[in-house]
Amino acid sequence: MSQFYAVLAAILCGMALIGLFQTEDLLRRILALNVLASAVFLLLVTVARSAEGIDPVPHVMVLTGIVVAVSTTAAALALVIRANEARRRREEEP
Amino acid sequence: MRLLAWGFDLLLAAGLLWLAWQALFTPRRFSAVVNFMAFYLLMALVWVRLDAPDIALAEAAIGAGVTGALLLTALGRLPAGTSTGADPRRWQRPLQILAMAGAAMAALWLAWAAYQLPRPGLAAEVTAALDATGVSHGVTAVLLNLRAFDTFLEIVIMLAAVVLVWSLGPPLRAFAPATALPGLPALSHLLHPLFLLVPAYLLWRGTHAPGGAFPAGAVMGAGGVLLLLTDAAPWIYLRRHRLLLHLLLSSGMALFLAVALGGMLMTGTFFAIPLHLAPTLIMAVEVATGLSIALMLMAFYLLGEPGQ
Amino acid sequence: MTEALHWLGYGLVIAGILFFLAGSLGLLRFPDVFTRLHALTKADNLGLGLICLGLAFQASGLAEAVKYLLIWLLMLVASGIGATLIASTALACGLAPRQADTPSNTMTSERPAPK
Repeated sequence: MSQFYAVLAAILCGMALIGLFQTEDLLRRILALNVLASAVFLLLVTVARSAEGIDPVPHVMVLTGIVVAVSTTAAALALVIRANEARRRREEEP
Repeated sequence: MRLLAWGFDLLLAAGLLWLAWQALFTPRRFSAVVNFMAFYLLMALVWVRLDAPDIALAEAAIGAGVTGALLLTALGRLPAGTSTGADPRRWQRPLQILAMAGAAMAALWLAWAAYQLPRPGLAAEVTAALDATGVSHGVTAVLLNLRAFDTFLEIVIMLAAVVLVWSLGPPLRAFAPATALPGLPALSHLLHPLFLLVPAYLLWRGTHAPGGAFPAGAVMGAGGVLLLLTDAAPWIYLRRHRLLLHLLLSSGMALFLAVALGGMLMTGTFFAIPLHLAPTLIMAVEVATGLSIALMLMAFYLLGEPGQ
Repeated sequence: MTEALHWLGYGLVIAGILFFLAGSLGLLRFPDVFTRLHALTKADNLGLGLICLGLAFQASGLAEAVKYLLIWLLMLVASGIGATLIASTALACGLAPRQADTPSNTMTSERPAPK
């Protein structure tokens, strides 16, 4: 089953990379980055499973990684919103 | 039964791939965001399948809840538009196919390399050190004692993100739903006790079973976002509460640092906690970290510094 | 006794899944927001209720069974209020419920004409 989820993580990773580079929309890029992060987390947790037991260290890395991912998402979204407002104000001015 | 489990895994994988595809390549932004939220919910199921209930709890609250709320707010503030990929010129097409093939190969290679890593990692070492940490759940032990420095830095990163978001200007008020029905206030009144009860339960559970500061902070942060949405937290916008807000935001980091320095004074090693104090100290740090995380998630949702 | 309860649990879970299937089908096939909400809340309320009841019959202890029922209760409150919120926001945004005499009704146009 571990191999199965490793392959799933690889496919998701490739899809997210393609989505990241294909689009010009900033919001879509943030989504792609989040999918990429999820794929990497999936790979880490897959690696943590083995017949001898479950390694808690990758689990901890993923747990902190999720919180860091939401922080980066929030910061990037705030930047996108502010940039968009600045552009709109510039266009409204003559 | 095995066949059933395989079928479930296959169904889950197909659903994940379909939702990720929709989130990345569908033309409409709104459906992309909604598909993305559903993607995170399925991810939570995957974590349960991979025996990682801690991550499943955090993912369900943070990924689907808080990230979804942030994305939907951003969507409301950005101009409506459909924007898919750039339209490639003819001469760019071979290059693009090459790049895609390269990305796919790199991803497969990454998975292969990760899969070749030596097993079972550090499981035995963590189990051996568990008695000296003061808690009986492996993940919490690593998070708050064995690798506490990493967790501390993670809190600092989160605080840095709050500083970045708040440095951009005054807060943007959330768009309240345009309805006069009492549904939303009633819901938040009904749920607020639960938003306190569930994190307290998760914090208590964290010392011996899946749970702990991160899921607790995430659930509480989701409750905080609901508070902001219903306009039930006007105190956060007041100027005279600014100092208090700053103190609360940094309380997790401050207590973490205090514990680390205290450990250095008592044992001579940075972040070394004496065993007889460990359960109490870890609980205190967990409570402060959970509160900080909850408040920082709320702070992200404000999209600017209140009280200016 | 426990054997019978076990099988009853399976039956209830399967009934719940049927409700979810019908709800998803309605979500995909119904024409506007309000009818889709109607389909969705049936799946949420009854389908999840049946599944939780089925799992509670199979639970190992009373505490576990009560937890399943609490999940159902929470979902009932959340989905009920959420559905009214979505519907009232849709109304406030100017989406009118589809009336029976509106022309170009997609539901009827796709059905074979009655003889």
